[in-house]
Amino acid sequence: MQATSTLTGGFKTPAMDAAHAFRAAMQAMARPGTLQTIHGGTGPAPISPAAACLLLTLCDATTNVFLGARHDTKDMRDWLAFHTGAPIVTRAEAQFALGTWGDLHPLADYSIGTPEYPYRSATLIVERDMLDTAGATLRGPGIATTATLNLPDIDAFRANRALFPLGLDFYFTCSSTVAGLPRSTEVL
Amino acid sequence: MDRKSWMSTLAKADPKDMASLWADLALAPSFTWLRRPESGAVMVRGRAGGTGAAFNLGEMTVTRCTLQIDEGAVGFGYVQGRDKRHAELAALADALLQSGQAKRVHHAIIAPLQARAKARQAARASKAAATKVDFFTMARGED
Repeated sequence: MQATSTLTGGFKTPAMDAAHAFRAAMQAMARPGTLQTIHGGTGPAPISPAAACLLLTLCDATTNVFLGARHDTKDMRDWLAFHTGAPIVTRAEAQFALGTWGDLHPLADYSIGTPEYPYRSATLIVERDMLDTAGATLRGPGIATTATLNLPDIDAFRANRALFPLGLDFYFTCSSTVAGLPRSTEVL
Repeated sequence: MDRKSWMSTLAKADPKDMASLWADLALAPSFTWLRRPESGAVMVRGRAGGTGAAFNLGEMTVTRCTLQIDEGAVGFGYVQGRDKRHAELAALADALLQSGQAKRVHHAIIAPLQARAKARQAARASKAAATKVDFFTMARGED
């Protein structure tokens, strides 16, 4: 029988919880360098509640998900299958990817979209040990002057910015906190 | 009896039959929701003959839910239509059929539902049989 832990953790009131989570996810992407609180869902270890909420909100049977090595457990696969029905795929086919910064590499394997369809790119959910509004300086749409965020790397995000309008979008998650870094943000 | 067969019986049961049989059973196990009842559409796919290519027959409305009774068994309810109570009862029956109450639930719910399904099917088959036409080719006298 399936472990009960993989059946729990869904949104209690799916419509409202998903709407709140979506609002937080949208704000995080629209205002890079801010931290949003997101809650309502939990998943089996090691996924953080924030990342679990993002997957519950953004994924369904039509979104391909890649799981990084540390998150690619049987419980995690069962949990994702029960709550979202999302297929687990390789990096190249993924629309969403979940993992630690190290597990998600190499970034070159993900789809960055095409000039005709730039939105056909992957969104990476990066699990962090700590999220803080101090660190690398950010500039771009959604930021009045500059903002700061502790990024796991600098060069990778500069290279990603250089691909604009193609490129990857990033969410950083830590416990119940989420921050976003869209491809339009410049890392100074 | 296997789970596949009772899931099928519960899914296709008449919600009214299900509710009355459940009331007669007089069991009220406490449970927690893992997924509250929700309605959606599923694509029904068919295959002509054993070897034909699969085609989409059409969409149908399905209501599903998942719950766990306090004894520990997890029950899934997938039923035709949009009756949430029906889905809940189907999930409860599924959970109880995996518990110590299996025999009792089988006699009180599954067996009568199967009997009714069989009667419905027989009535329909006899109605259709009454209109059966035997086609045959008459000699056309060409030779």
